[in-house]
Amino acid sequence: MQKGKKVIAIGERDGVPGPVIAECLEGAGYEVVFQATECFV
Amino acid sequence: MSERDEARGVSEFKENVRPSRVGIEGVFYSLAHVPDLVRYGSKPSREIRANPALGEQLAKRLRDFDAATAYAPHQVYIGNIAPEKLGDLPKPWYERLIEGASPAGRFGDLVDQVEFYALLAGADQFNLVALEENWCRKRGARHAIGRTPKRRPLAEIRALCEKGALPLYSGERLIGAFESGHEEDANLTPEVLLENSSAKVTAAHALRAALNRLGVDPEKIDYVISCSEEAVGDRYNRGGGNLAKAIAENVGCVNASGSDVKAFCAGPMYAMVHGASLIQSGVAGTVAVVAGGSLAKLGMKFESHLKNNMPVLEDVFGSFAVILGSAKPNQPCMRLDSAAFHPVGAGASPQAMAEYLAERPLAKMGMTLTDVDRYGVELHNPEITVPSGSGDVPRTNYLTLAALAVMRGLIMKNQMQDFVRARGMAGYAPTQGHIPSAIVYLGHAVEALKSGAIRNALLIAKGSLFLGRMTQLSDGCSFLLDRNES
Repeated sequence: MQKGKKVIAIGERDGVPGPVIAECLEGAGYEVVFQATECFV
Repeated sequence: MSERDEARGVSEFKENVRPSRVGIEGVFYSLAHVPDLVRYGSKPSREIRANPALGEQLAKRLRDFDAATAYAPHQVYIGNIAPEKLGDLPKPWYERLIEGASPAGRFGDLVDQVEFYALLAGADQFNLVALEENWCRKRGARHAIGRTPKRRPLAEIRALCEKGALPLYSGERLIGAFESGHEEDANLTPEVLLENSSAKVTAAHALRAALNRLGVDPEKIDYVISCSEEAVGDRYNRGGGNLAKAIAENVGCVNASGSDVKAFCAGPMYAMVHGASLIQSGVAGTVAVVAGGSLAKLGMKFESHLKNNMPVLEDVFGSFAVILGSAKPNQPCMRLDSAAFHPVGAGASPQAMAEYLAERPLAKMGMTLTDVDRYGVELHNPEITVPSGSGDVPRTNYLTLAALAVMRGLIMKNQMQDFVRARGMAGYAPTQGHIPSAIVYLGHAVEALKSGAIRNALLIAKGSLFLGRMTQLSDGCSFLLDRNES
């Protein structure tokens, strides 16, 4: 169901970083078109 | 081998570990209250350019110096209130001001905008800062340090601004201009030079005050390390640096040289490790680690403050100076042998950070997470960050440490809040990047170590390297503080 769905993954330094979210999503079949980690302080 | 086994294995190494201590001679923190520079912060300047009406809204929400002085987190910052007490004070802190608050702290101070402008002009070696003559005569002169400010009539100040100089304001009044350092150089624009000069003069002020308090002659300093957040340089050498030497010169450290240490927000912690290493190796006898304030971060969350009808709280430059020397008996010290870094291969998850920056270095010294009396983490003031949705950063960091302690069987899950209460504190630092990142707790830690309130403290800082687009990595650095009882 998720296969091929495009997603954007924005992570946070003190939470879950972008590459980690992207890896999980890719493992579930999503296509990660962009991932980034942000720092909000 | 499980993580638990690994930790035990390292702890067996304890007998072979010889503490390597470097003395903390003194610490000084300063806040320069600069409400009329908030407009030049990165976020406000971009948003006001897109929507000029925001500038007027911003101006209405700026605090005066008395309100900034009586703001409880600022009183904690300069040493007048213990950080453990802050969480018990009534909120919102920006409304429940501290009665009788003084800008002079036990180990810090607040300086007002007039003094800041005077410091800026007094440190200007290239005739870039001009102050309006009447304003300067009446107000700026009282703080004169360094060179005599360049005084000009108002008409000339206006003309300079029309030609591209950056206007300097006191309220609505135009009181000065900051000129460009080069007609074509993007790294010597007035905005960049104001940013660099602000870091320089606020760091110099903190260092001068630290030396004054200690009664140490600036000539006794051998080496100055700056870990400020600016990028000094020209078109051929962006970020070339050595602001440290400019700071040393400004303070009269004529026998010192220096250099800069950069590592995003973790810079001060690395700078401390470098400084301590210079002393331990015998390269230098007395080292000053300093940092000035960040212009870019002024007003970073101002939109959320406006939306919540709050004062714009990011209206101060934070700066500090630490004087390091050889360890003396009973002196609060940093344990150089505890210094830990976040390695490239560690992964960027908060758990990995806590493991590499807390658990592993503690295990090396035969300690566990519950052997630390107080953790100094990234102590951003939550009153600044929560309204914008950025969360309570220190609390998140403390909970991560507590969760790791649960995973290692050191505490029960229902003891996590107790862990945070006993070993943590509320954030109180302005969101100046490098300033909140653990180093802000050093002054209080030194006092608590001296009084015996704590036996040790672990400082942990993180850096967001990915923001520079050179790597996806985060970074971090930590070290333990204790008393030299050996």
